[in-house]
Amino acid sequence: MTRTILLTGTLLAGLTTVAQADTLRLLTWGGYAPDDVIELFEEQTGHTVEVTKSNNEEMIAKLRATGGGGFDLAQPSQDRIMGPQMEFGIYKPIDVSKLDQDLFIPSMLDATMANTTVNGDVYGVPHVWGTSGLVMNTAEAGDIVKDYTDLCDPAVAGKVSYRLKRPTLIGFAFSMGEDPFAAYDDEAKYTEIMEKVEAKLIECKANVKTYWGGGDELMNLVRSGEVTASMAWDTGGWKLNDDNSDITFVAPASGALGWIDTFVLPAKGQADDVAYEWINFVMQPEIAAKITAAAGNFTASAGADEFAEDALKAKYQASFPQEAIDNIKWYPPVPAGLEIIEGDVLDRVQAAN
Amino acid sequence: MRAQARIGFILLLMPLILWLGLLIIIPHIDMFLISIRERISFGVYETSLTHYQKALTEPLYLRTFWRTAVMSVLATVITLLIAFPVAYYIAKMARGRLQQVLFLLCLIPFYVSELVRTFGWMILLRETGIISHLLQWAGLADQPVEMLYNDAAMMVGLVYTSMLFMVVPLVTTLESLDDSVVEAGYDLGGTGLSVLREIIIPHAMPGIVSGCIVVFMLSLGNYLTPTMLGGKDSLWFTEMIYNQFIVRSNWELGAAFGFMLLVLSSVIVWGMLRLTGRTLQETLG
Repeated sequence: MTRTILLTGTLLAGLTTVAQADTLRLLTWGGYAPDDVIELFEEQTGHTVEVTKSNNEEMIAKLRATGGGGFDLAQPSQDRIMGPQMEFGIYKPIDVSKLDQDLFIPSMLDATMANTTVNGDVYGVPHVWGTSGLVMNTAEAGDIVKDYTDLCDPAVAGKVSYRLKRPTLIGFAFSMGEDPFAAYDDEAKYTEIMEKVEAKLIECKANVKTYWGGGDELMNLVRSGEVTASMAWDTGGWKLNDDNSDITFVAPASGALGWIDTFVLPAKGQADDVAYEWINFVMQPEIAAKITAAAGNFTASAGADEFAEDALKAKYQASFPQEAIDNIKWYPPVPAGLEIIEGDVLDRVQAAN
Repeated sequence: MRAQARIGFILLLMPLILWLGLLIIIPHIDMFLISIRERISFGVYETSLTHYQKALTEPLYLRTFWRTAVMSVLATVITLLIAFPVAYYIAKMARGRLQQVLFLLCLIPFYVSELVRTFGWMILLRETGIISHLLQWAGLADQPVEMLYNDAAMMVGLVYTSMLFMVVPLVTTLESLDDSVVEAGYDLGGTGLSVLREIIIPHAMPGIVSGCIVVFMLSLGNYLTPTMLGGKDSLWFTEMIYNQFIVRSNWELGAAFGFMLLVLSSVIVWGMLRLTGRTLQETLG
């Protein structure tokens, strides 16, 4: 009799464990969920992780199309949370008490939480951060290109590339002495700044070899020497630095643009507990260091620096002296409506002759 | 018995009805509804035609719209000019094994995905690419030549991508042309040109029209080739739709663009049929 009860008990226990093993559908960037980290997580928890790689715009478009369904955890940048949430309601609040907050760098956690608060609810916590600035061949363009607007210098004509996206507009605005972030809430002022940037970008168009679309495309252009200076993410420059020590990431004089990619819960996510488990798992310093190695960017995990590769740390320090770090312009949340203004500017630049 | 036949008929028709209804008609109705609403503020929308108005008055959108249409027509014409001799050779001059081999050669590039084919062109045409190196080696150029990122490169890509869809219908129609008819044309004193004009082209007309329609549709709706091979000025209309939907999150304008593209392609296909005096039935059947 006791035996039977025991057996049934074990069986039941076995069944519950099976029932608890869930699937985490993760919508993220390339490199943020490397295979070795997923394997470790699956081994430790018994859950499975399905990864879909994407970018900011596609993440939001995907979640918008399903009203926040189809994924259990997503990783848009922190400036893309407040606007879409107010507009489409595609996220659900994060219960920060379920997270091990000691794992986060406190200042970064506070800043992200403040930037992603809508009606008193917190929607995002930080994960990976980095900057965009100039990736260039310092031997060929190092003396000419110090800031975004130097990409329009005749000396580098035909050897320049950047994206036709909002970071380019923002970067050019800063390097033209404007402060677009301060004008975020003033549509008229922002339009005025963007008009100046538009004129500059149209004037600069002849200098550009091509507007790059994907990271790999730019890598090829810079690696082959067809492009000597470009606007890109820091990791791109550091990766190319391994092949050619002349190529690296340079923080522009007007300041690199800083972004933080976050964790958010899509509104119709079905595995919140697993999502919290995943966040707590990847924020452990050793695991975060593995993600840094794969993605090339540092994380908001406190103490992960100790585990990061020395080579990457050296490149980071070379690109970012202390004053360059202090000069990083962090993206504030994008108010709704601005992207329409920016979109029109980008369209006109692309169509200009 | 009759009832059974009816059920059978309905069942057989079911996949088609489901396909059309679920994948084409319903999404288009939804798209149309999106395209006629205007965002007032957070979550508040009103019905209006403002997006169509914007699409039809903003010079950039109109320019891209017409550019895409003209370039697609041009791509279709070039494809026809290149594919016709090829198809004629395969159908009429080549015999037996050679015919099959040639046909297969046209088909083989389509075994790999469009992305890989386009990358192939990028490797050939780029500044540090094969053709540039060849030219320098042969002494025809003294510095690297950039052949990528312009309209010509884009046109090459478009024509290459759609070649097969022109060759196949042409070969099929040309094969059905009796050789003796061509001989009779010469016997009656026709020159090469008049035989081509009076006999071969009229006979091949169904193939030409259906090939042109398919190639035109493919070019107009192509996203990959213009994006990858085209330069900083060559904006394609599909790219603009993608931008509005994904990058700008402006689904309303994107949907309006989508409908403009649908209307444009319908009008041009209708015009093409009218011009050649054919009906859709003849062309498809």
